[in-house]
Amino acid sequence: MTTPNTQRAIEAVWRIESARLIASLARIVRDVGLAEDLAQGALVAALEQWHESGIPDNPGAWLMATAKHHAIDLIRRNVRLERKTEELGRALQIEQELTVSDFDAIRDDDIDDDLLRLIFIACHPVLSTEARVALTLRLIGGLTTEEIARAFLVPEPTIAQRIVRAKRTLAEARVPFEVPVGAERAARLSSVLEVIYLIFNEGYTATAGDDWLRPALCEDALRLGRILAELVPNESEAHGLVALMEIQASRSRARVGPSGEPILLFDQNRARWDRLLMGRGLAALERAEKRGGASGPYVLQAAIAACHARAHTPAETDWGRIVALYDALAQLTPSPIVELNRAVAVGMAFGPAAGLEIVDALTSEPSLKGYHLLPSVRGDLLTKLGRLAEARAEFERAASLTRNERERALLLDRAAAESTQ
Amino acid sequence: MKFLMYTLGDDSTPIPPPSPELLVEMGKFMKEVTDAGVLLATGGMAPTSEGTTARLSNGKFTVTDGPYAESKELIGGWALVQVDSKAEAIHWAERFLRINGGGESRIRQVFGPDDPMPNFT
Repeated sequence: MTTPNTQRAIEAVWRIESARLIASLARIVRDVGLAEDLAQGALVAALEQWHESGIPDNPGAWLMATAKHHAIDLIRRNVRLERKTEELGRALQIEQELTVSDFDAIRDDDIDDDLLRLIFIACHPVLSTEARVALTLRLIGGLTTEEIARAFLVPEPTIAQRIVRAKRTLAEARVPFEVPVGAERAARLSSVLEVIYLIFNEGYTATAGDDWLRPALCEDALRLGRILAELVPNESEAHGLVALMEIQASRSRARVGPSGEPILLFDQNRARWDRLLMGRGLAALERAEKRGGASGPYVLQAAIAACHARAHTPAETDWGRIVALYDALAQLTPSPIVELNRAVAVGMAFGPAAGLEIVDALTSEPSLKGYHLLPSVRGDLLTKLGRLAEARAEFERAASLTRNERERALLLDRAAAESTQ
Repeated sequence: MKFLMYTLGDDSTPIPPPSPELLVEMGKFMKEVTDAGVLLATGGMAPTSEGTTARLSNGKFTVTDGPYAESKELIGGWALVQVDSKAEAIHWAERFLRINGGGESRIRQVFGPDDPMPNFT
């Protein structure tokens, strides 16, 4: 009985169960690549059997049991082939673990720990950023290679290769399957947060292509962030990241016009902001701030987003507080991008001339050379100062720098508007 | 994609209070849906006998207290979930109903920015 419904149901089961399945297997076989192969093998078996027999009541347990059988078969075969004492000992140990550990008996806490280990591995610094993103979406998000390729507008073989190479790199580097502790934990956690936020941003402000927004990627990132925050509830930055993403996502309906064009924050109809997501974001920020200690970069960015969320009209925005938050952020993570954002806030709080002073100091910054938002912000401040010809040139420059078609159109509109004023 | 899921039933047939075992199982399930990043919001509903209908028809506003004339109504609880597909929403509903030991759930998509405008013809 092969129906499209069964097919979709199996895909849904995979989406929900695969991360926990791979994580549990990885703990036993100590190899993420092998764990994923085993999980995929179980999926293939499920596709064959469930079309005939229907989906079992507990599909997660079925997949785990099947993957375990495959693992035992594989180990026995390897033992016969290799017959090395060392391998034999290891194989017997794995086989025993597989036999003893009844999936139903594994405590949820253990699976949570396995899942956290898997997240840390997928975002391991030994991998390139691109590889971390692809592996995280694949192993934790349960996305297929095809879905990842579509989301990032790259050919499927590129993503497939990226994932194969990433798994090989992890194996060659003998990256242990563990949750890092001590000083390493903070650095590794920040890599995880960075990967999730990268995924979110690729969906929220698509860097390339015809669409300004790719909501599916935002939702994937939100889901990953929520999972992470539940796994490390004491890490304020994890809650900060969730808060930041929920608040930004709450505006997604308002930031795209009827023909797909971007609408900037101050021009957005705030009645179209999603109050539910906003409320969830503000609650997550509260959880982050309750953890105490100095605020990290995500908590600070979420606090800035919250200032906008709390303002019912642009005029109500607490720019003084936003400047203070950017000052803190600039101290913590000094970067030309943060400085550029600070310039916008300073321009709003203390007038365009004060903002322009900061922007002008950035024009010689090499890392911002091709960054379209620098001339865009400068053009905005120049407009407010009445220096329209200069503003126009800046918007035209910004338009020539962006790779996003929708954004280019918006910037060209702004440039044209300067000549009619 | 967001879906609103709600249980449907006949309020005139009293539902026995949940057993402690059911409460424990349901609690575990709700934690799992939350941990999975799927559950956005959830809530319970007062009996329809305590509900009210507000209606504006031909300029005349009327208020009628419940229960409603329809035999089946939203009763018990509702959940707003963010999932990858309708199939995934159905999967979570099945899990819920199995723990509940039976019942009927309605699954309705809530439109977001990425969805086409609904056609209400």
